[in-house]
Amino acid sequence: MSANTKPDNPNNPIDYQAYSPFKPFEPPTPPERSPLPYFFTFCVCMITWLVLSGKFDLFHISLGVVSSAIVTYTSGDMLLRARRLKGLPGNWLRFIAYVPWLLFEIFRANMHVMRLVFHPRMMDLIDPRMFRFQSRLEDETARFIFANSITLTPGTITVYVSIFGKYTVHAIDKASGQGLPGEMEDRVGAIFGE
Amino acid sequence: MSLLDIIATAMIALGLFFFLGGAIGILRFPDFYSRLHPAGKLDTMGQFTALSGIALYLLNDLSLGSVLTALKILLIVVFVFITSPTATHAIVDAGVRAGMTPWTKETREEGRR
Repeated sequence: MSANTKPDNPNNPIDYQAYSPFKPFEPPTPPERSPLPYFFTFCVCMITWLVLSGKFDLFHISLGVVSSAIVTYTSGDMLLRARRLKGLPGNWLRFIAYVPWLLFEIFRANMHVMRLVFHPRMMDLIDPRMFRFQSRLEDETARFIFANSITLTPGTITVYVSIFGKYTVHAIDKASGQGLPGEMEDRVGAIFGE
Repeated sequence: MSLLDIIATAMIALGLFFFLGGAIGILRFPDFYSRLHPAGKLDTMGQFTALSGIALYLLNDLSLGSVLTALKILLIVVFVFITSPTATHAIVDAGVRAGMTPWTKETREEGRR
């Protein structure tokens, strides 16, 4: 194998320049204290407990309350980053509205990959390539949702996302990669009002 | 056999078909990166349709127990939909960091010469 592991390998698509010191690193401002993330974490833990246990007597529910309280106390600020409620319900509703479209896209693209898999001349049809593009999404969560959506849509895998929003994507053929960034980015951006 | 049964059976069969496609794709595709396409995603789609079919089948007799079991199955679907792209991304990233060059049509032509 001739491939080397040095960072200056031109075939290596990792955006090492993203770590360059052109932009000085700004330490994050300490978050203001707010009960909202703790409340949210407690509710999620409690709902999960109720669904998984399936017993609704006093003993089991109080066990759930104690365990959820312990989890909330130790790691309640990790699940939800937002500090106040403003804009959050709208974001969640728009995200829920985004999911059916994503499921339909996943189904359509799955059919495309299935056709490739069972095609007798598969080697001539596929044309794997890596390419990069710059996304205009600013929000971290938006970038995360966009990256996972790309990976879920068959034919494309997110290889790397730099901290400046530069995506490296592996596509199985030309048709899979053509739609990026395109409509999916617009829809993800619309969730967060960008 | 009720209509719900027929829909559930069709969905489970479709899910198994996706799993079959994923397995054949892993065997047929040329290199590490392109093999991850069927491995990571046809499987996700397969488990989504198959598990949704099972959840529908359970809802045949509406009781608290069956609804709770269907909810648990839906939880599995949600978790796999979050973890599967993340795991695929981690594997691809490991490959890139190890310096693996992706297979392309051009390199195949070079290999033939």
